[in-house]
Formats: sequence, structure tokens, C-alpha cells
Amino acid sequence: MYSYNTVLELCKLADEHHTGIWEIVLNNETEYFGKTRESIFSELRGRLAVMERAAYKALERPYDTVGNLIKGSASIQERYTRENGGICGSFINHAMALALSSCEINAAMGKVCAAPTAGSCGILPAVLLSVRDRYALKEAAVLEGMLTASGIGAVVMKNATVAGAEGGCQAECGVAAAMAAAAAVHMCHGTSQMCANACSFALMNVMGLVCDPVAGLVQLPCAMRNASQTVNALISADMALSGAPCLIPADEVIDAMYRVGKVLPQTLKETAEGGIAATPAGKRLSSKIFGGA
Amino acid sequence: MDISIFEVLGPVMIGPSSSHTAGAARLARICAMITGKPFHKVSFGLHGSFAHTYKGHGTDRALLAGVLGIREDDERLPDAFLIARERQLEYSFYETELENVHENSVLITFECVDGTVCRITGSSIGGGQIVICRINEFETQFQAQSATLLISHYDHRGVISQISSILSDAGVNIAVMKLTRRSKGDVAFCMIETDDDICPEIVEKIQAVRDVLTVRAVDAAQ
Repeated sequence: MYSYNTVLELCKLADEHHTGIWEIVLNNETEYFGKTRESIFSELRGRLAVMERAAYKALERPYDTVGNLIKGSASIQERYTRENGGICGSFINHAMALALSSCEINAAMGKVCAAPTAGSCGILPAVLLSVRDRYALKEAAVLEGMLTASGIGAVVMKNATVAGAEGGCQAECGVAAAMAAAAAVHMCHGTSQMCANACSFALMNVMGLVCDPVAGLVQLPCAMRNASQTVNALISADMALSGAPCLIPADEVIDAMYRVGKVLPQTLKETAEGGIAATPAGKRLSSKIFGGA
Repeated sequence: MDISIFEVLGPVMIGPSSSHTAGAARLARICAMITGKPFHKVSFGLHGSFAHTYKGHGTDRALLAGVLGIREDDERLPDAFLIARERQLEYSFYETELENVHENSVLITFECVDGTVCRITGSSIGGGQIVICRINEFETQFQAQSATLLISHYDHRGVISQISSILSDAGVNIAVMKLTRRSKGDVAFCMIETDDDICPEIVEKIQAVRDVLTVRAVDAAQ
């Protein structure tokens, strides 16, 4: 039996079976849903291909989006990375460009893979692809990373929420970062406990982040949040890989995130009535796109 | 864990919104399947959040793409207006208020080539999931997650037993069965969710049952 409902159970099962979180998640998927390992890996490969196309597509040229709030953001970031390298270096800057690309493609009615939502679709792909390329990893390592991330995501969906309307941006982009951080740790040969710690660190770093999209569109500040949460995932993975202890268990941090989400006012949960959406500039953009006052 | 990894890493979809774009396309596609015959004109009554935000999320294009049979992960979805014109499908959108429905709901009216009209109300309830609430005058709670038969028939003795024998003879197990009727002896509506696939021969056999008016098989995986 590979059944799990918490991050703790995932880690325990992984240790008992002398494997990583990824294989427990894989075995649960075969057991509970009656699928073969081959069919699961083939489906994962398909989703990775969708992620990869979206993460690279808008690096080349700008794509039109409603109101063009983020048109060209990915290609601008990528050009800066290539020409300058940036304060944070080309690894971080390129990772951000990948995240921005997925968001731009999503807003332009292109094809993406929600991970765990469409609004946060840039983070996991940006982390998987940039870590893969940095260490010249094989596809198998990326697929294991996807399984690790899915296990964390499933626990959050089961015990908390990944909906911005329910939990704010911390539940969408924050959870995507927690999933991606765990994936990155596994891809860098960290232990299951380190994966769990990375998940904790990422969610702690984003606790309370509100969902406040300008004009209700999945663009601004969603794309920037995808870029910054990609970086959050990477630094959280590094914190965990350093071997530093994490004193608050991942399941308790997930629960805290859920409770914080519940008490966030409705105006800060995807209603476009607060935060960045309610700034004078945000409101001007909204009336320019949709008319009205 | 009863949540599949493909629910976490998914759906694969055309953006920007799983409820307002992907869910809308899927909803409209299932509605066209339920209508089950060629139509030349379609209108969309948009309710709640669908009415307020459809332009920003491409809900209009997604709905139209859906009735054209274009899937929610098909990159032709943004070209739905063009494709509808090519196929000479007339379409219109209007804002409306529907009673007792989810925030993201639509009433789709299909004007069929044979002169009949089919009106279906459905909602996109998040994460690409949908529910069909009303088919013509019958209330339903149909989520299109497994193979389903939608049958309208006269409310006469024995009709249901004949339908269930056809299914059991074909080795199809009934998972959920719901019946509603306008009034005793009048037209009734039967929804049967099954654990197994429904082949066209089963549909033909049920269609041949006396007192059965229409039969539609909806395969959610299609």
C-alpha cells in the first residue's frame, strides 16, 4: 500500500521503501487509478512537452493578450538575460523569462499545462527546465521531479486549496513554488526530508500573498508573481539542500497557509477589488479595457 | 491519495482560465453532444461571472469552439469565430440572469437543421470541471465524468426495465441512474451513468424500445 494524505506520510513511505517521494506517488497512481507505469510516464512526457513549448514560445517574440498587460514581458526579460546577465546572473534571469513566457502564452490563449492552476502555470516548468539544463539531467530526472511536485500538490489539494478565489495567490503561485522546490531538491539528489523542508520554506516565504489581478485578467501581477515564485522555489530548494533544519513541518505550514487564506478578505481573493487591482493605475487599465468607470 | 497527479499537473488547456476558458469549451462541447444532431444556429445566454468577464477570458470563443467540437486543449480554439463562419454556423451572445445556478453558467440554445430547438443550461465549476443543470425542461446534475446515457421516453410501465435489461445483456454495469418526469404518464427523462463504455449498438437497441423518444450517449473521455 502506497496510500498517503500528508507530506509526512509521503516521506515515511519513501524511507520505508528505500526510495524517493516520486516513486510513492507513482505507485499510488498505479494502485489507486489502475494505470501502468508506462502509461503514466507517457502521459507525463506529453505534459512536459506542453510545458516546454509554452516556456520557450514567448522568448522569441511578443504575443498579444487582452489589454496587452504583459505582452512582450518574456522576450524583454530574455534579451536582458542574454545581453546583460543581470544582478542575479543568467541562471535566475533566464528562469524568470521561462516563467513569464508560460504566462504570456496562457494570456494569449495558447496551450499550457495547469500546474496546479493556469494562473500559476509558469513556475514548475521554469524550475524543472532550468535545473535540468544547469546540470544536464536526463528526462527521467525531470519526470521524477514532476512526480515529486505532484505528490506535494495533491496533499495541498486534499488538505487545503490551490484556488486563488479561496486562498489567495499563496495558494496558487505559492503552492506551485512549494511543488517546484521539492522537485528541484529531488533532481539535485536531496533526501525526501529535504524535499519536505523545501516545500515548507517556499510556503513560509509566500505566506499571506493576496490574489489581486488587474481587470480580473490572469496577467498583472500574475506573471511577475510566476517569475518571483520561480526564484522562491529555487532558493527554497537551496536552503533545504544546505542541510539546514526546518523546524515547522510541511503539513503544518500547508495548514497555516490554508487558515491564512480563509481569513483573507474577499477583496483580496481573485475578485479584482483590492491590492494591485484597486490601485488608481490598475483601475485605469481596467476601464480602458472593459469601459465603464 | 484519491487525487490523480494529472489533476495536479493539469488540465492541458488553452488559456487563460481553467473555469472561464477550458471549462467553458468543455461545457459547450458536451452540450452539443447532448443535442446530438446538426444545428445551424446557436445562442449563448451568459450568466453571472460569465456575463461580466467573458471578454477578458475568451469565454465567448471557448463556448463557440466547444459547440463546434473543438476540444479545450486544441490550439484552434482562439479561431472559433472564423471556423464558425467557415462552417456557416450562426451564433450570438447575450447577457442573462438564470435562476439557482453557479456563478459561471450559460444557457445554450441550439436551433437544429430539422427545425427542433434544444436548450441546455450548464455551469463551469472550476478546474475545468462542469455540470449540466438543465436539458430542455428537465433538471439534471450531470458532470460528464463517466460514460452516460440520456434518454427521454414516455413514463409508461416497463420502459426502464427494458432499458436496464439491454444494458445488463451487453455487460454494462449501471453506476448511477436518475429519473425525472413532467407528470405521471407524460414524458420522462432518464440519466444513466455506467462503469463501461456504451457502444452504438446499445444506443440503437434502446432507441428501438417502444415509448423511447430519444437516446444520447455521451462519452466523457471523447
